[in-house]
Amino acid sequence: MVRAVYVKRGQVMNKKLQEQLLKRSKAAKMERFGKTISFLALMLITVTVFAIIIFVASKGLSTFVTNHVNIVDFLTGKNWNPNVTDSKGQPEVGALPMISGSFVVTILSALLATPFAIGTAIFMNEISPHRGAKLLQPVIELLVGIPSVVYGFIGLTVIVPAVRSVFGGSGFGILAGTFVLFVMILPTVTSMSVDALRSVPRYYREAALALGATQWQTIYKVVLRSATPGILTAIVFGMARAFGEALAVQMVIGNAALLPTNLVSPASTLTSVLTTGIGNTVMGSLQNNALWSLALVLLIMSLIFNLVVRMIGRKGAMSK
Amino acid sequence: MTKLLETHDLHVYYGQNEALKGIDLSFDEGGITALIGPSGSSKSTYLRTLNRMNDLIPNVTITGTIKFRGQDVYAPQTDLVTLRKEIGMVFQQPNPFPFSIYDNVAFGLKLAGEKDHERLDQVVETSLKQAAVWDEVKDHLHESALSLSGGQQQRVCIARVLAVSPQIILLDEPTSALDPISSSQIESTLLKLRTDYTIITVTHNLQQASRISDRTAFFMNGEIIEVDDTKKIFMNPAHKQTEDYISGRFG
Repeated sequence: MVRAVYVKRGQVMNKKLQEQLLKRSKAAKMERFGKTISFLALMLITVTVFAIIIFVASKGLSTFVTNHVNIVDFLTGKNWNPNVTDSKGQPEVGALPMISGSFVVTILSALLATPFAIGTAIFMNEISPHRGAKLLQPVIELLVGIPSVVYGFIGLTVIVPAVRSVFGGSGFGILAGTFVLFVMILPTVTSMSVDALRSVPRYYREAALALGATQWQTIYKVVLRSATPGILTAIVFGMARAFGEALAVQMVIGNAALLPTNLVSPASTLTSVLTTGIGNTVMGSLQNNALWSLALVLLIMSLIFNLVVRMIGRKGAMSK
Repeated sequence: MTKLLETHDLHVYYGQNEALKGIDLSFDEGGITALIGPSGSSKSTYLRTLNRMNDLIPNVTITGTIKFRGQDVYAPQTDLVTLRKEIGMVFQQPNPFPFSIYDNVAFGLKLAGEKDHERLDQVVETSLKQAAVWDEVKDHLHESALSLSGGQQQRVCIARVLAVSPQIILLDEPTSALDPISSSQIESTLLKLRTDYTIITVTHNLQQASRISDRTAFFMNGEIIEVDDTKKIFMNPAHKQTEDYISGRFG
């Protein structure tokens, strides 16, 4: 009698459960919805990135394909004057002055910024973590947020005259560009170096101190050494930023497409020639295509910077 | 005769919280002393006070005296660098630096300015042999120490301490993060070292304490309940609390 009741109840419950199992629940629907949305977002970004790469590449390569400029001449030529053709009837599109200008300002500003960034990071993280977090962190975040045109403007009104009065010349040139970029990449390199130091486990420091190391020896021989991959990544990120910075550099470098022979005469970078020239050319003309080729060089360089960062990251992960 | 290391009326406060409540304990040269006691009994705090590693923690107040060969460890003119070379420390988690095995062991000597490669090679070899890990690592001294197993890492850490030839070695639960086989290797390493070094080890493992130590101190709530020969503590403790802890009634 009792058993029959249980059997009956069991049958009812089975049926109910069956219905519930076959019907998609609200939570399951939400999950599907969320997955779809995030997949679409990913697709959108991927398509955009590839579209940009393909567009820049096709435009940039047309200098060589449509206008039959020799790619080696383009990369090694020293004269940039796309409106003029040289004795061989070839347009003068030698990008070497801009390529070398870009590299020189990038490397110099990174060389200048690295010691300051590491020093600040050590102070913030090792020597005075409390004050560092309270005082320097907001300052660095503020520096990152300043628009580049403001940096350029300050460079134009302060650095260029200062360079002029100290070194002579017009003041425009690679040195002024280096100083402006130094200030611009400093916060990036610093905050990433701080992250690198912060990720060094506490027990490395303890072990070093317990072996009789002083605080400086601990920082120098253990913390910095363990954080080297992270610090290198920070420097490369700073270099990538310096390489790609356009406006501020353009305002102080002088924009003369000449091979740089010294640090205080006007020069140019890939970005500065692009920003000055892009509005003055006709779509599809050689002048325009040549600028796209410069953009392609920039794009390839930033891809290389990205690869280097990844390589350093992988190497760092391996030694851990 | 002055003891090798003695603490008298040692109090440690973390902020307002009194972690050690007047510890009187002294150590003669040689042998292994085990500090046992339930979690939170401040045995690690005591250990870390001996080589002043607690200085690193903010808000810590220490009163009382610790004397190392008659010298006050907490005197303002005490040189921390020398102190920590004489009183070495091995931590709970194996913590080799992310360098090669060789660089790990040579670290302390290089800090002290040793540049002679032959001497460095020699010390690295003897230290690794003393720590009973030489045979396992001798063929890859220049590979990263992080590629070793946990037990090997811990023995490299012991070798790293031995390389600076300390008088006392403090071990803070050196085997609690290791598997039983690695633990027993560490234990036999310590047994070999007990004639040449004074070893003080904190352990949660009562069997380990009874296996390796000559003397055992039982800590509870920041006080020493009992300290005596290990045999006496384990066979015939004087206090009820010790007996309850040893027999597993709490802790």
